[in-house]
Amino acid sequence: MSLDGLLFQALNGLAGASALFLVAAGLSIIFGVSRIVNLAHGSFYMLGIYLAGTLAGGFGGAFGFWAGVIGAVLVVAALGALTEIALLRRIYAAPELYQLLATFALALIVNDAVLYLWGPEDILGPRAPGLEGAIDLLGRRLPTYDIFLALVGPAVLIGLHLLLARSRFGRLIRAATEDREMAAALGVNEKVLFTAVFALGAGLAALGGALQMAREPASLSLDLAVLGDAFVIVVVGGLGSIPGAYVAAVLVAEVKALCIALGTVSVGGFEVNLSKLTLVAEFLVMAIVLIVRPNGLFGRPQPPARVAGRGEPPLRPMGRNGGIVALGVVAALALLPLAEGAFPYAPVLAVDMLVAVIFATSLHFIMGPGGMHSFGHAAYFGLGAYGAAYAATQLGAPTFAALAAGIVAAGLGALVFGWFAVRLSGVYLAMLTLAFAQIVWSIAYQWEAVTGGSNGLFGVWPDAPLDTRAGLYLAALGGALVVVLLLRRVLFAPFGYALRASRDSPLRAEAVGIATGRVQWLGFALAGALCGLAGGLFAFAKGSISPEAISVGRSIDGLVMVLLGGVESLLGPIVGAGAFTLLQDSVMRETDYWRALLGALILAIVLIFPGGLMGGAARLWALATRRAAR
Amino acid sequence: MSVLTVRSLSKSYGGVRALDDVSFSVAAGELLALIGPNGAGKSTCFNIVNGQIRPDAGHVWIGGREVTGLAPRRIARLGVGRTFQIAAVFGSMTAVENVQMAMIAARGQSFGLWRPAAAHHRQAALELLGRVGMAELAERPAATLAYGDVKRLELAVALAGEPVLLLMDEPTAGMGAGERGALIALVRELVTERRLAALFTEHSMDVVFAHADRVIVLARGKLIADGSADAVRADPQVRAVYLGSGAAMAEEDGHP
Ligand SMILES: Nc1ncnc2c1ncn2[C@@H]1O[C@H](COP(=O)(O)OP(=O)(O)OP(=O)(O)O)[C@@H](O)[C@H]1O
Ligand SMILES: [Mg+2]
Repeated sequence: MSLDGLLFQALNGLAGASALFLVAAGLSIIFGVSRIVNLAHGSFYMLGIYLAGTLAGGFGGAFGFWAGVIGAVLVVAALGALTEIALLRRIYAAPELYQLLATFALALIVNDAVLYLWGPEDILGPRAPGLEGAIDLLGRRLPTYDIFLALVGPAVLIGLHLLLARSRFGRLIRAATEDREMAAALGVNEKVLFTAVFALGAGLAALGGALQMAREPASLSLDLAVLGDAFVIVVVGGLGSIPGAYVAAVLVAEVKALCIALGTVSVGGFEVNLSKLTLVAEFLVMAIVLIVRPNGLFGRPQPPARVAGRGEPPLRPMGRNGGIVALGVVAALALLPLAEGAFPYAPVLAVDMLVAVIFATSLHFIMGPGGMHSFGHAAYFGLGAYGAAYAATQLGAPTFAALAAGIVAAGLGALVFGWFAVRLSGVYLAMLTLAFAQIVWSIAYQWEAVTGGSNGLFGVWPDAPLDTRAGLYLAALGGALVVVLLLRRVLFAPFGYALRASRDSPLRAEAVGIATGRVQWLGFALAGALCGLAGGLFAFAKGSISPEAISVGRSIDGLVMVLLGGVESLLGPIVGAGAFTLLQDSVMRETDYWRALLGALILAIVLIFPGGLMGGAARLWALATRRAAR
Repeated sequence: MSVLTVRSLSKSYGGVRALDDVSFSVAAGELLALIGPNGAGKSTCFNIVNGQIRPDAGHVWIGGREVTGLAPRRIARLGVGRTFQIAAVFGSMTAVENVQMAMIAARGQSFGLWRPAAAHHRQAALELLGRVGMAELAERPAATLAYGDVKRLELAVALAGEPVLLLMDEPTAGMGAGERGALIALVRELVTERRLAALFTEHSMDVVFAHADRVIVLARGKLIADGSADAVRADPQVRAVYLGSGAAMAEEDGHP
């Protein structure tokens, strides 16, 4: 690798850093003032690039390009303001988890809106007039536009600095970021300020997108890709710090550029293609920074997270009647294969549901009683699925042994990732777990020799007696029962109490002698291991496993299941998993716009039924018994 | 023999000297009151003793063992119970479960995975709740208790590990005048009966002078008096500090 090649890639990296900085700066400003991590921020970027392309085409001519950029920024800023007024105002006081989910719902809806308006094909934007050329540098041709972009980042950084330091608006933003009560006391009109800040943040993201139209095609996958990058940058730089965002953007872009420049290197006899590992590299940077400086390079400690569940009602055993009902339900489920003649599809759907039950119950264990909002539970699902599939297809393990291998793989993964994760809380924990899941995903995607790359592993069929629909169904039913009962038992045991104690009040828990960190770590690992069973069963049910099945979407599905059922109830994840799978199988399968539907569902939960189905049922029950008592 | 010995503790926050070369000790069976105006450094002192924060300088011994810099949970396991200025209990548990949890933790049973927690130490927990006057509230979720009752529950939680040292940062904050006296009287009883060493802060001087064996006074991080209630009450420097801060020695000072 030559030095000038490295330098060339480094310059290239600076151009990429600018766009990411714009997105991350917006994310950071919004977080600083409103304490909301806006998961729809990548969507603003994506809207920026689509709108700019269309507007530039509409205006035409030499100035059309720049008019398109400005137009896109203004439209998206207005959309941002609208979002703040219509959605965010309702959830400022909600637990963090609900805020994250609500903004993610928005991202889903925007994605489908873009699909509707622009169609599924990638769209190439126009080139920037006057900047189409390239200059010779170090014997290579560096596009003029990249140099321009590399300068945009610092320019915006300085502009933002001046805005924040000199203007009244900037002073208000800083006051609100430093001390919200203080700002309120100064008579700041919070509503207007928050709306303006959201518009500014959205506009910055759109600017980042719009300027990229000359460099890359607009596509529907940009929102999540950019969001992931912006997350990493904001977390590395420190939430709320704008210079931090720039430094981190450059750092991450340069690490990526370095990976590409180095290409394939040989490490201890293994050929490693670093240029394919850029995703892993960036998340590794983030993990390292978070361990060394848990608040990011320039960040400050966050106030304690508003965790849902601190005031939830105490856990109660089911009691006799509940137990009888549960037994009846299980007996009925065990008899389901008898109905296979009439409904051949029933056991197949039921296996999906049972897999979802295991997935959601294990996630609920860490996010409900554990208070750790994992946005990356798909990682353990994936480790379980790939572990089992690899053991079955490559090592020739019998089905039960392969499932056990999946559980072990997931448990080990959760033990490693959990060690880092429990050091953080709130949004940082959410982002770190998401990052770990992305690492697992990209390893599955890129380590072709073991995982089969993008195609995944095939021919993962169970052997007798699980090789019939009924056989596999009964195995899944047994597995789900064991997982549900085991986690329930643990929750009622001292360990489960210690887990809830660590969530309710870490201060009090430590003061009575509970090792909160270790309790949470082991809880995380236990849930991860059991989640591995869901992955293994999934692989055997489908006969294959591919990276697509373990993407961010699965993590989010899990969160939706738990919240749909109700996070404060032990039955919640079970009910939620069942309902969500049915919904997915019926309604969402029928439409191209299932994302928007899912988004609407999430918004309904967050805004209207924060207790989920079980919470709603409890309210109805209370109402009915009160009526009856009268 | 003193249970708690504190030697030359100092802690600064930026320019503020929250604690400045503070030394004192508490003996078994002794109820020691730590008083001082707002911002004097009382909570900082508690937080250093139970390991919540590290001192810049100085040492803490508990039962003859140096504990400076140990984590709160390790200090707790040495037999230290504490309450917080803003009460901290487990909101998703009932009152009796709170006490049971503390008993489970104190006996190192937190990692039990099988036998239900409800079957651990229930009788003992109910007795302790009875002792702090919360027998009828045992099955109430902690999140639904009135603040005065939360404070009482917190005292039971702090006592659950059968501590040798009890630290109480404003145990009566948020209680009515009558309740305050009764609670400290109860603590007085427990201290004598169990030979506890107890350190507490309290803004009502009547309560302090009626029950404490000894009083120490902090002002701006410095220990300015250490002695019997009468001696401290008569101390001109103490009077100056309290008059200077606008609160009369003998009255409630309306602290939140
Ligand atoms: N985390 C902190 N950061 C900065 N300053 C602090 C911090 N904690 C305490 N201080 C300062 O240290 C000094 C002592 O505070 P401390 O809470 O110990 O006082 P106190 O005697 O308990 O007061 P009060 O009666 O109001 O509870 C105060 O000036 C306070 O502002
Ligand atoms: Mg205090």
